Amino acid sequence: MDGEELTEHETALYDRQIRVWGADAQRRLSKSHILVSGLKGTVVEFCKNIVLAGVGSVTLNDDRLVTEELLSANFLIPLDENVYAGKTLAELCCDSLKDFNPMVRVSVEKGALSNFGVDFFDKFDVVVVSCCSLSTKKSVNEKCRTLSKRMAFYTVDCRDNCGEIFVDLQNYIYSKKKDDETFQCHLDYPSFEKAIAVPWKSLPRRVSKLYLAMRVIEKYEELEGRVPGETSAADLVNVQKLRKELCEAHSVSESQIPDSILQRLLEGRQEFPPVCAIIGGILGQEVIKAISGKGDPLKNFFFFDAMDGKGVIEDISEQKAQG
Amino acid sequence: MASEQQLSAIKGAKVLMVGAGGIGCELLKTLALSGFKDIHIIDMDTIEVSNLNRQFLFRQSHVGQSKAKVARDAVLKFRPHISITPYHANVKDPDFNVDFFKQFNVILNGLDNLDARRHVNRLCLAAGVPLVESGTTGFLGQVTVHVKGKTECYECQPKPAPKTYPVCTITSTPSKFVHCIVWAKDLLFAKLFGDKSQENDLNVRSTDASSSSQQIEDVFERKMEEDIDQYGRRIYDHVFGYNIDLALSNEETWKHRNRPRPIYIKDVINTEFIRQNGNLDYNSVAGDLSSVSAMASLGMKNPQDLWSLKENSQVFLEALKLFFSKREKEIGNLIFDKDDQLAVEFVTAAANIRASSFGIPLHSLFEAKGIAGNIVHAVATTNAIIAGLIVIEAIKVLQNDIKNYRMTYCLEHPSRKMILMPVEPFEPNKECYVCSETPLTLEINTHRSKLRDVVEKIVKAKLGMNLPLLMHGSALLYEVGDDLDEDEVANYAANLEKVLSELPSPVTGGTILTVEDLQQELKCSININHREDFDEEKEPDAMILSGWSQAPAPEKNDNGASTSGVTEATTSLNTEEDDDELQIIPAQTGKKRKLSDISSAHISDSSCVTNDTKIKRKADEIDSNNDLVMLDDVDSSNNKKKREGQ
Repeated sequence: MDGEELTEHETALYDRQIRVWGADAQRRLSKSHILVSGLKGTVVEFCKNIVLAGVGSVTLNDDRLVTEELLSANFLIPLDENVYAGKTLAELCCDSLKDFNPMVRVSVEKGALSNFGVDFFDKFDVVVVSCCSLSTKKSVNEKCRTLSKRMAFYTVDCRDNCGEIFVDLQNYIYSKKKDDETFQCHLDYPSFEKAIAVPWKSLPRRVSKLYLAMRVIEKYEELEGRVPGETSAADLVNVQKLRKELCEAHSVSESQIPDSILQRLLEGRQEFPPVCAIIGGILGQEVIKAISGKGDPLKNFFFFDAMDGKGVIEDISEQKAQG
Repeated sequence: MASEQQLSAIKGAKVLMVGAGGIGCELLKTLALSGFKDIHIIDMDTIEVSNLNRQFLFRQSHVGQSKAKVARDAVLKFRPHISITPYHANVKDPDFNVDFFKQFNVILNGLDNLDARRHVNRLCLAAGVPLVESGTTGFLGQVTVHVKGKTECYECQPKPAPKTYPVCTITSTPSKFVHCIVWAKDLLFAKLFGDKSQENDLNVRSTDASSSSQQIEDVFERKMEEDIDQYGRRIYDHVFGYNIDLALSNEETWKHRNRPRPIYIKDVINTEFIRQNGNLDYNSVAGDLSSVSAMASLGMKNPQDLWSLKENSQVFLEALKLFFSKREKEIGNLIFDKDDQLAVEFVTAAANIRASSFGIPLHSLFEAKGIAGNIVHAVATTNAIIAGLIVIEAIKVLQNDIKNYRMTYCLEHPSRKMILMPVEPFEPNKECYVCSETPLTLEINTHRSKLRDVVEKIVKAKLGMNLPLLMHGSALLYEVGDDLDEDEVANYAANLEKVLSELPSPVTGGTILTVEDLQQELKCSININHREDFDEEKEPDAMILSGWSQAPAPEKNDNGASTSGVTEATTSLNTEEDDDELQIIPAQTGKKRKLSDISSAHISDSSCVTNDTKIKRKADEIDSNNDLVMLDDVDSSNNKKKREGQ
């Protein structure tokens, strides 16, 4: 059992959720430290969820100055220039989040994510990144993996009315109860880099189209040196070319990645609030599971598309592809 | 990002939210962010501390205030130019009539009880306004769309009624902890601290009492100037010792059951010790009544601890003592409230001692409170997900995008890789008495059963009518309303007490009763079939209603839950908020009460059903290791047509 008892206040406040995941899990949550980078609507939803859940601390990283567009799906900050002008996203979100649960330490960390060293990440148990480039995703993931402690790494991206979550729990061992018996479960997660390196032709034929489309856009942004999300309809022609190259390289048909999806991803700079709530909710649940060690975590990609309304889990890893 | 079309539909829409709790807060926030400009919201509750872990629009400082109003104020902070109209009221109020509902483009439910849901369903049907229903419990959730004539209504598929237990199970032959809780809460607590004029089955046994009821009544009364400690011990010995001994004397009962053992205080606690029991000083210093606590005075800190029989007995005696010494004024008027610490302590202790007697596993205060208070476990994330799904459906509804309406299930374990699973809505059930006006049949002994039985148990309880009107042909047998004159009221009161065949317009086999609720604009006909005899155990109400579909029998194994099971699982678990639904139906003079159940949704149940107990287990006991079965297993006999979402 982990450490001190919950206080009377915590027991009263968290009563309903303790009935879901137990007091032990609640204690573990209260000792956990989360780093969150890239504060658009979905990630703000996620932050709300984990603050309410009672994690130990949340460190916010996003030095972007606030614009109306960045606030379109953000319920923490009023659409009032007098309030937000000149401040960074992280600064503005910080105070509002504290309000949701005074027992959680919420703070701001300035700086570019790609510049932080391994020592920095060592302070955290969970790292969640959004709105960052392919290379930053990979490098942060690697840094997390070099640490010897148990670390959870997530990426999340929402465009238009769909989105993707990636989960890396490295070597994850947890116990499960079934019919009064307790089992040990062991899951082996690939890094982001390894996962996306899995050849497309070894993926199941009905793999989520969104997965493939995201990889194309991701690659495109990297090749063009674009800030993630800074794409538009004008890019479609070039993206189609890239799609052709990638599909040929992977020996899959281009029809696996319809134009319609690419268009939506290219034009969808603004998030769709209901999708933010859904994906922020799923991500919140995942992080709570990982910290508490309770419940089957998802492995390793999650997709939601409001067009078909499905929330799908894809297991994209070497073993799965071979097995 | 919503398309141009969607945006304009959203901008011009007027929506009604029913419920500003767990789902409500998330929903209001998402609606506002999505561009909705005219939102109305009804909620009768005020904010409590236990809400704050998920109802994020509320703060500690708001405890006690109206949910609808505070939610509105919080959202206006980040979207100041939209219109949110709050109603701190009960959606069943006559003010919220069909005309009220007609002004909206869509109704969005975030309710926590079956009763209100049925009521709103009927109003939506009457008003011809689409309804988006939803529910969550722990990690499970669902969203459904109901459009008159195009999809099922909320009541087309049966929802399990609240569980009830036969009286004798509670009074004489408990086999599960929940039976002990019901006994402790609805019998013992009520007897000692509640309304004395209420009938109480506490000393009723399955066979005739050998002593006169007059003597038994006196036992529970505290004698003039009787020492509190002594009174407490006397009660203890009576209910846990003497009553058990008495029950044991009836051999029949125990032929096929494990015998309970009587427990007397002297065997549990050294009487010397009792006199020094507890630290009254703690509670004198504590001051205000709400902090009076047996646990505190006994130095017990952790509500999750399992107490020994001795500890339970100490709590029992201490709690009883504290009630009589610190809260004497309330005795005779107390109703069990899960937020009343002392009441919860008393009920926990009493239930545990009884459980101990019957060889049933004991439970912690935390667990017992959940059962006694019918607490539904809840987290923020599920509500957020469901709210997002509701808004997506609402937008489709505004655009009349019928082909794309979906029922979406949020699963705890993936099914075919999906944890959010959309399904096409079903067509209306042609036999649904709510939306298809199919007649019902009632088997009843028209010479024995009274009109009151029909009104209370059938029309109100089963058919969910709020303000009913009953007619036989053109004769008005019964109605409620503000506009009735004295004669009419007297006439109806008299009718209630008559057996059916002796009503002014006699109701016998073969006649048809018409029942109506003017507010819900629901009308149905009931064909009356006379039947002489009913099985006392299996048919205790002596009335059988058919054509009103009962919930399907519960699955026996883990992987039997079908889609309809999911529907029941989430909605019938009375989702989200703490549920007050399962209260005791008030006693009718001269009649034995049927004890109501306490939802035990989160009790992991190892079935210990004894021969004579009839525990209708819900089809939806949530065990976190259940995998939900594919859609294709839906019961085809229900005449449903559906296709999977693409």
